[in-house]
This record gives sequence, structure tokens and C-alpha cells, in this order.
Amino acid sequence: MIIEQLPALIIVTPLILSLVVSVAGLWERRLCFPLVVGALTACLVCAIGILAVVMRRGEPIHYFFGGWHPPWGIEYTIDYLNALVLVGVAVISLLVTIYAKRAIEREIPDTKHPQFYTLLLLHITGLFGITATGDMFNLYVLLEVASFSAYAIIALGEQGAAFAAFRYVIFGTIGACAYLLGTGYFYILTGSLNMADLTHLLPHSFYSKALLVGFAFFIVGIGIKMGIFPLHIWLPDAYTFAPSAVSALLAPLFTKVGAYVIIRIMFTVFDPSFAIGLYPVTDVLGWIAAIGILFACMMALAQSDFKRMLCYVLVAEMGYVIIGIASANRFGLTGAILHIINDMFMMACLFTVSGAIFYQTGTRNIYRFRSLHRTMPIIFALFIVGALSVVGIPPLCGFFSKWYLILGAIQAKQWGLVVVMLLSSLLMAILFFRVIEIAYFAPPTDQVHTPHKHGNTGTVMGSVPLSMVIPMILIGIGIVLLGIFSGVIIKHIIAFAIPSTL
Amino acid sequence: MLGLYSMMAKNNLMKKLIGMNIFQWAIILYFISIGAKRGAQIPIVAQTHSHGQEIALHATDYINPLPHVLMLTAIVVGVATTGIALALLVILYKRYGTLEEDEIIEALKK
Repeated sequence: MIIEQLPALIIVTPLILSLVVSVAGLWERRLCFPLVVGALTACLVCAIGILAVVMRRGEPIHYFFGGWHPPWGIEYTIDYLNALVLVGVAVISLLVTIYAKRAIEREIPDTKHPQFYTLLLLHITGLFGITATGDMFNLYVLLEVASFSAYAIIALGEQGAAFAAFRYVIFGTIGACAYLLGTGYFYILTGSLNMADLTHLLPHSFYSKALLVGFAFFIVGIGIKMGIFPLHIWLPDAYTFAPSAVSALLAPLFTKVGAYVIIRIMFTVFDPSFAIGLYPVTDVLGWIAAIGILFACMMALAQSDFKRMLCYVLVAEMGYVIIGIASANRFGLTGAILHIINDMFMMACLFTVSGAIFYQTGTRNIYRFRSLHRTMPIIFALFIVGALSVVGIPPLCGFFSKWYLILGAIQAKQWGLVVVMLLSSLLMAILFFRVIEIAYFAPPTDQVHTPHKHGNTGTVMGSVPLSMVIPMILIGIGIVLLGIFSGVIIKHIIAFAIPSTL
Repeated sequence: MLGLYSMMAKNNLMKKLIGMNIFQWAIILYFISIGAKRGAQIPIVAQTHSHGQEIALHATDYINPLPHVLMLTAIVVGVATTGIALALLVILYKRYGTLEEDEIIEALKK
């Protein structure tokens, strides 16, 4: 039955197609894009199929590669949590790829398009793999697959990109090595690398110091990869200098998948009692996240580059997810999981908007946005949808995840975290209303000069093509729908994704 | 640790890269050392049947091959990282004519 093979197909399809694309690109460059879109559509079908199967059966799907049963073979385990993340990754990657076609035509030389699509597919393969796998070492390998393609694809960007990418390589490798070292500790203690197996074996050594060290290495490793606060230094540079389509893909997805990994390890592989009862891991994480949110909001306020500002907003959003994890109760975790999905859409929306503005005007400086809403009304309407959602205005999805996060923090009696979340919402409001004010209300005095100032690009920037606008509108609709139907999602999917011990 | 130090402290990007490699290889060696057992032999099962009877195998007689297999993958990963980093360094050198970090940052600010 093909249904049984879905967990493998979702990884294998983009992996093989990425090879096909790189070869086909040598022969005929225009073939690449349809192939990529085809592959990603297939992935989306697979992801929805997996979610449907999981929901119908009410229990996780297990897929054994090569028929080897765990703990010897590599197992892919998909339950409610990964199925939901898989669908999110599939939807966003498909939409952003359609968006990317015209965006990269302007930013990347023609000859490099096949490589771009190849790396794009490889990166998405890595993301799917990280989400679907049930094996610690396999996760490391796929994490590196995703990271390598990210390094290379970021380096395709403008002037500073190569340097930013090099720093990302250095940081990313430290992260990956730390993760590997942590996995090594787990392996020595238990002799197993399978997550389900570890769940049974680890409680025997909960009091061991080595396990604690391994756990710390692990959190630091994933923390670097997902860019949580003190470890985020590489993130703004790398994502700002990357081509706009690339940052629209990496920013929403890679960091969220990292957050998923933390939830998976802390609550599935480790018993929640380890991180909460035995060691104050959640307290520490919560306070780091709180400081990180405030810091990132401040930094975002200081930026005049729109995309860089969004990067700091992203760091703050990751802080929210961590707060949800740190609350470590049903509400908090519901909020965190919902926020992973919502944030994929919100960040995709904002980063595509920044790409579209760059496409039309050639600038990312906020102060050049004066009265732009007249020339690009749809784009700015979408920007407002995304921005209000990040701030947390009721009908949009950002509100509901923040609601649950705050409920979770109240239930955990972490009043400080509640204050931080409310305060940061205000800061975000200031942040985005500054941009809205400039774009809508500032008089267009600069408009005459702007083309001259930016005349060095030499080209007349055309209006944003339809193939970029339609995916953006779909993402915007997604934000609204996620908001309206968040109750349904929580009741039917997330409620089962939370470990029963909480 | 030596690798980590050189990654943080060195100004030259090439030296940073070498530090990164030292760090990676150290972890690989760490994994390989896990597999070792005193007095064990290489993990090849010479004979499982003799005269129709099965001989019991003792895991302690053989070193654990799994970490070594894992590290084969990790070595490939490490080589790929080095490759990408070197390619980036070539781009940087072509563009700025230097590999000193502060000089590149200076050039970027202009």
C-alpha cells in the first residue's frame, strides 16, 4: 500500500528530485522550476496524507527503513506533533518556492538558478527528515543536510553574504558538534539511539551527571541552530544578506523545526519530570527566553533595515516558543506548538513582503517606505495582516497562540514571564506601527529623490509580478484561517500531541 | 577545546576553519573511543556454527562497531563542512583580497 510508504516518500521525493534538477539544469534551465514545484506538491500531498492517517488511526505511524526493526534500524515515527509540523513545512515551502521564481530572477544570475533550486530542495529534504525521524543520529545527519544547503544558499546573496555565511558555518558547526556530543553521552548511557527506546532506557540514569551534561550540550547545539537568544548572533547577518526568497524560506522554517526538536527531546525522549522536577531546566530556559525577547525587541527598534528588523522579531518569536516550553504545562505546550505553526505563516508573510518591497523599490530601508502603500496596496495590506498577527490582534492567529502561552505562564505561576510577554507585545506594536506610519501617513517628499539616490542599480524596478503576489495572498489568508480555526486544530490535533503525563 | 579556542580567538578566518576541524575530529575520536573494549577483537564473527551446533556469542568479545559506523557518516559531514567553508573563503579572498576578519569587516562598512 502506498499509504504505508508515505513517511519515506516525503523524504525521498525531494532528495531524488534535487539530483534530477541539478542534472536537468545543465541541459535546460527552464525545466528546474516545474520539477521543483512538482516535487513539493507531491510532498504536500504526502504530508496531508500522513496527517490524515495519523488522525484516523489515532496512533503514531512507524516506518522501518529497510525493514530493520529498532533499535537496530532507523525508524521514522510520526505522531500528531510531527504530522502537523510536516504539513506546515510542506505548505510554506511550496508557496515560498512559487514566490521565489521571480524573486531570484532579479537577485541571482541566471546560470546559478539550477544550483539554487537544487539547494532549495535539499534544504527542504533536511527539514522533512528532521521532523519525521525517530532516531537521534539520523536527526544529526539530516540537520547537517539542511544546514549545508542553508550555508550555500545564503552565500548566493548580495555583498556581505559570503562573510555572513562563513560565520554561520562556524556557528552552525559548533551547534552540530555540540548536538553530536550530547547524543554521544546518551548513547554511552543507554546504548541506543532510537528515540522511543531512549524513552524507556533513560529514566534509569536520570540522576547521572553525565546525562545532565549531555542534555546541556544538546540544548546548546539545537539552540545555536534555531537561534534562541544568547546564541542568535549569526542569525540577523545571515538572513539579512541572503536573497529575499531564501530568507523567506529559511526564517520561518528552519528555526521552527529546531523548536520542534527541542519539544520532541524534552517531552518525548526525556520524561517531563526530568526537565522540571529534577533540574530547573525550564526555569533557566524561561528566563533566558524572557531576556531574549526584550533584548530582541529593543534591537529591532534600533534597526532601520526592514529585513534586519524582521530577523530580530524572529529571535523574539523563538523566545515565545521557548517560554511555552518552559511553562511545561498543557496550556504552555499547546501555545508553543500552535505558535510553531502560526509563526511559520507570520514570518513567511513578513519576509515575503520585505522581498516584494525590495523587488519593486530596491530598498529595505524603512525610511524610504514613504507612501509606498499607494503604489503597492496589496503588499502593504498583507504586511498589516502579518504585523497585527505578530502583535496579537484577536481574529488573527498570533493572538491565539499568545493567549495560550500567557495562560500557560499564569498556570505555572511565572508572573515575570507574563509581564514580559505583555510588554513585548507592546514593543512589537510600536515596532510595526512605526513602519505602518511611514508607509501610510508620511508625506511622499522623498519620492522625487529616491530614484536618484538608488539610481546606481541602473534598472527601473518593475511592479511585483502576479506569481509573487498570489502565494503571498495565500499565506495571508492562511494567517486569518489559522486564527479562526485554531480551536479546531487544538481540539483535534494538538490536544493529542501533548504527552499525557502533563 | 583547543579548536573552540582558536575559533573564538583567532582573527584569521583560515585559522578559525582549522580550529573548527580540530573540534570536529576531537568529537569523532571521542565516539570511536567509546567502541573500544579491553581484550576484545575486531567485530567479525568468524564462525557461528560448528558441527551443527550454535556457538554462543559474547558481546564482550567484540568491540562495538556501531560508533565507528556512525563516525563514517560524521566524517563525511565534516569533509562537506570543510568544503563549503573553503569555497566561501575563496569567494571572500577574491572579493576582499584578505582573510583577516577585521579587515573584511572594515571593507564591508564602506
